[in-house]
Amino acid sequence: MPCTVSMTVNGKAVSREVEERTLLVTFLREHLGLTGTHVGCDTSQCGACVVHVDGRSVKACTMLAAQADGAQITTIEGLAASDGTLHPMQAAFREHHGLQCGFCTPGMVMSAIDLVKDNASPTEQEIREGLEGNICRCTGYHNIVKAVKAGAEAMHGSGAKVAAE
Amino acid sequence: MYEFTYHRPKTLADAAALLGQSEDAKILGGGQTLLPTLKQRLARPSDLIDLGQIPDIKGICEEAGGIAIGAFTRHAEVAHSDVVRRVIPALADLAEGIGDRQVRNMGTLGGSICNADPSADYPAAVVGLKATVKTDRREIAGDDFFTGMFETALEPGEIVTAVHFQKPDKAAYAKFRNPASRYAIVGVFVARFGNEVRVTVTGAGPSVFRATDMETALAQDFRAEALNGIAVGADGLNADIHASADYRAHLVTVMAKRAVEACG
Repeated sequence: MPCTVSMTVNGKAVSREVEERTLLVTFLREHLGLTGTHVGCDTSQCGACVVHVDGRSVKACTMLAAQADGAQITTIEGLAASDGTLHPMQAAFREHHGLQCGFCTPGMVMSAIDLVKDNASPTEQEIREGLEGNICRCTGYHNIVKAVKAGAEAMHGSGAKVAAE
Repeated sequence: MYEFTYHRPKTLADAAALLGQSEDAKILGGGQTLLPTLKQRLARPSDLIDLGQIPDIKGICEEAGGIAIGAFTRHAEVAHSDVVRRVIPALADLAEGIGDRQVRNMGTLGGSICNADPSADYPAAVVGLKATVKTDRREIAGDDFFTGMFETALEPGEIVTAVHFQKPDKAAYAKFRNPASRYAIVGVFVARFGNEVRVTVTGAGPSVFRATDMETALAQDFRAEALNGIAVGADGLNADIHASADYRAHLVTVMAKRAVEACG
């Protein structure tokens, strides 16, 4: 049976009629065309689909769109400023080449930002543990960890806030 | 997923009424087990009743002798709670070790214990901390709540609303986890209440159980060395590609010793 879901995605109010079994990630990608959020494993293991729901990182493949009704959602598309300036965590991933093929990157960046919210200056060990829910199939973790450390310092230093949250 | 009708009641009474109206409804907590199950078409509920909008079953409060935690409280909230950290730090540690960060941001205490996965972490704390499980119709002793693999004492349509954990003098949880799923291959919760010691084991058997020989030994001498030579039998323990029953039996003693050492 169709139902109407309404939420704020990257600062914009959206409302769509969807099937009740529609996953949040399907809603974002197929109904809103926000394909920056990826589907990797589709079994809540890889973290390619991580988005922020009311400021908390969640796996969008393991949440119904209906559960997010009324929520504030931030996806990778919502991080950069309107003039295109990258979020400090995105900039750090570029600077430190925190990616190889790039498929896991949106989820890595979203998880990293959530991690830094709780821990402004994580150690390497804390970063590795904090990113347990994200898998890089290229095994490019070394530079990802470096990027998150630099991103944390940039976010902390500049006091930058996550866009649209 | 097969189709279902989704409901989001605002009160416990509405949730109970919806459950009563449907023959094959399921309660949706954080969904971190149920949604993957539905995606694999391993279940086909007619209705999903999401408890996420019911304020009465959320939150953490200190009470005489322990802590009450609402059933819809997420693992991350327990892990980061100042109250839990102060009153029963072992419980915060246990919650911090469930799944990964994103799972902890969604998964709930009630969802975990009602699912009664043999490898879940919370059952060890429910029995280890002499908890009482409160539902919309009664109170169930934690000792009586878990009745088998994925089975609980809950009646059809009964909704868990909160869990009351007793504050121990000392407690710790030691877990040998599966590195991929982060479920417990074996997890042991040790809690000391005065002269009484509880040693509860998850992951090893079909359901959480108490290692009574270890409890007796630790009640006399609360040191890891007191567990030398004491092991649970491998008969009836779980065996899968991750660990044989013999290995799980071995791990129970190892994890129990680590938990005792972590009690300090």
